[in-house]
Amino acid sequence: MSFLVFSEDRELAFQLLGKARELADKMGSEVAALVAGSDPMEYVRQGADKVYTVSGLGGFNVEPYCAAVVEAVKAANPSTVFIGATKRGKELAPRVASSLGVGCMNDCSGVELEDGMIVVERLTYGGSTVARETSTSTPTVMSFPPRCFEKLEPAERSGKLVELEVDLPEPRVKVVESREKPKSTADLESASIIVSAGRGFKAKEDLRLLEEIAEILGAQIGCTRPISADLGWMDQWVGISGKKVKPSLYVACGVSGTIQHVAGIRDSQIIVSINSDEGAGIHAISDYSLVGDIYEVLPALAKALRERA
Amino acid sequence: MLLKDIPDLTEIKLDSQTRAPIIEGVKRRISEVDKRALEAAIRLKEKVGGEVVTLSLGDDKTKTALLEALAMGADAVYIVNEPELKGGDTNATSKVLEAAVKHAGDYDLILAGEMTLDSLSSQIGPRLAQLLDLPQVTYVKELDVADGKVRAVRDLEDVDEVVEAALPAVVSVVREINEPRIPNLMSIMRAKKKPQTVWGLGDIGLDAAEVKSQSYVQITSVSAPKVERKQIKIEAENVEEAATKLVEALMQEGVL
Repeated sequence: MSFLVFSEDRELAFQLLGKARELADKMGSEVAALVAGSDPMEYVRQGADKVYTVSGLGGFNVEPYCAAVVEAVKAANPSTVFIGATKRGKELAPRVASSLGVGCMNDCSGVELEDGMIVVERLTYGGSTVARETSTSTPTVMSFPPRCFEKLEPAERSGKLVELEVDLPEPRVKVVESREKPKSTADLESASIIVSAGRGFKAKEDLRLLEEIAEILGAQIGCTRPISADLGWMDQWVGISGKKVKPSLYVACGVSGTIQHVAGIRDSQIIVSINSDEGAGIHAISDYSLVGDIYEVLPALAKALRERA
Repeated sequence: MLLKDIPDLTEIKLDSQTRAPIIEGVKRRISEVDKRALEAAIRLKEKVGGEVVTLSLGDDKTKTALLEALAMGADAVYIVNEPELKGGDTNATSKVLEAAVKHAGDYDLILAGEMTLDSLSSQIGPRLAQLLDLPQVTYVKELDVADGKVRAVRDLEDVDEVVEAALPAVVSVVREINEPRIPNLMSIMRAKKKPQTVWGLGDIGLDAAEVKSQSYVQITSVSAPKVERKQIKIEAENVEEAATKLVEALMQEGVL
């Protein structure tokens, strides 16, 4: 049961290598990696036994990248293909799977060995449930988002470099323009403290109550889907269709706690809920709940935070 | 237009023993993001003309759920009625849809939601594009068609990517692309007169046993994760005291 690892995101590729190495060591098998960028030997230090390189890939475009992964699968003959579930990776994995005519489990949240079988966990039903899934095809493609696994301490190891000759197809989707997104929204997923706003806020100006707390804590500000998608007060929301976050502290202010939102904050270490509605769903899934009006609680909280020892 | 009817997620309850979702008896609706893909298709039709037909893999209940698509403005509905395959994996499902697309006739654009909210797999668009050897344009939040080309804005993590591809192509859309229309009574009445065609696997040239043998992924269990939160209620005489207690608790947790 051997592995092939690919992600166009280098850090994510290392995280996947860490997990693949751990599983391969348990089974006495090998780990190969496909590298699109520079310094392929670093992938050996991160756990790969064999590294395939393909020249001429350029920036991510799904058709040539699919051809490269398929060639690497043919060369490495793995039983499991790990792909990094960035948005690009999530459109790559199924295309690779259909190209090979095999099974694919996309955007998994965990993987383990059970009686010699690979079993993954994935969120289903809008994020309210976790499904455990297995696959009987060889290989099977599975993808994992950033920070599911930890990368290894880099170590001097022996590994082989193999250059693959791939007849790369001309991309049929042409990128005309690439517009950078505002930086702040990109930071939510790696933030260690997030304070977030829900429909309890009556006007956009009132978000300053939250901004004050964020400033004191050095926190990022998030919000629920209606605040962003319906009201347009902020760019990106937290939830299953938005950003999935895993801070050490998540403070939900005036948030009701829909299934979709809760699925996006599930991996937070500590969840605090502040909502005047005692029956709000968010209170049932938090570590500390405070039933109260955010317009009174947030100023008091700002004061208490300033005064803390 | 690819549409999937899924259980209404707001109506799903959990079995108190197994924490498994109870799907039986829950009303089925067109998956939310698929509905927005349909809205996008109808808007394109209103702009450049043409016809919008929808394709689903479903069962006897799918016809009822798909009336909404006809009421919104789809011209015709095609359903591959194979209840046993509705639970098949994405490899098998995409093979059925491939055969159905070919059987349905000529097309310029295949549209779908980026994910259906039940399985959250995000696989059908890319898989179908590969099987039909078409370009795939995923995560689309703005869409236009002109001069035999699709032009779209893709919503990626770090960038918004403006792309172009020649038709035919497979496009999958994200929720932000539009707000789907709510059909009025007249449209709902008219929908009942529009054609719904139901096919079996044999009609589209497939064999059930062979398709099933290509379904590889099995779901061994589905359940809601247990909430392992402390669920401590901060109680106090007034907000100042409550705020102070909360800050103290969080400092003890070591998260401040």
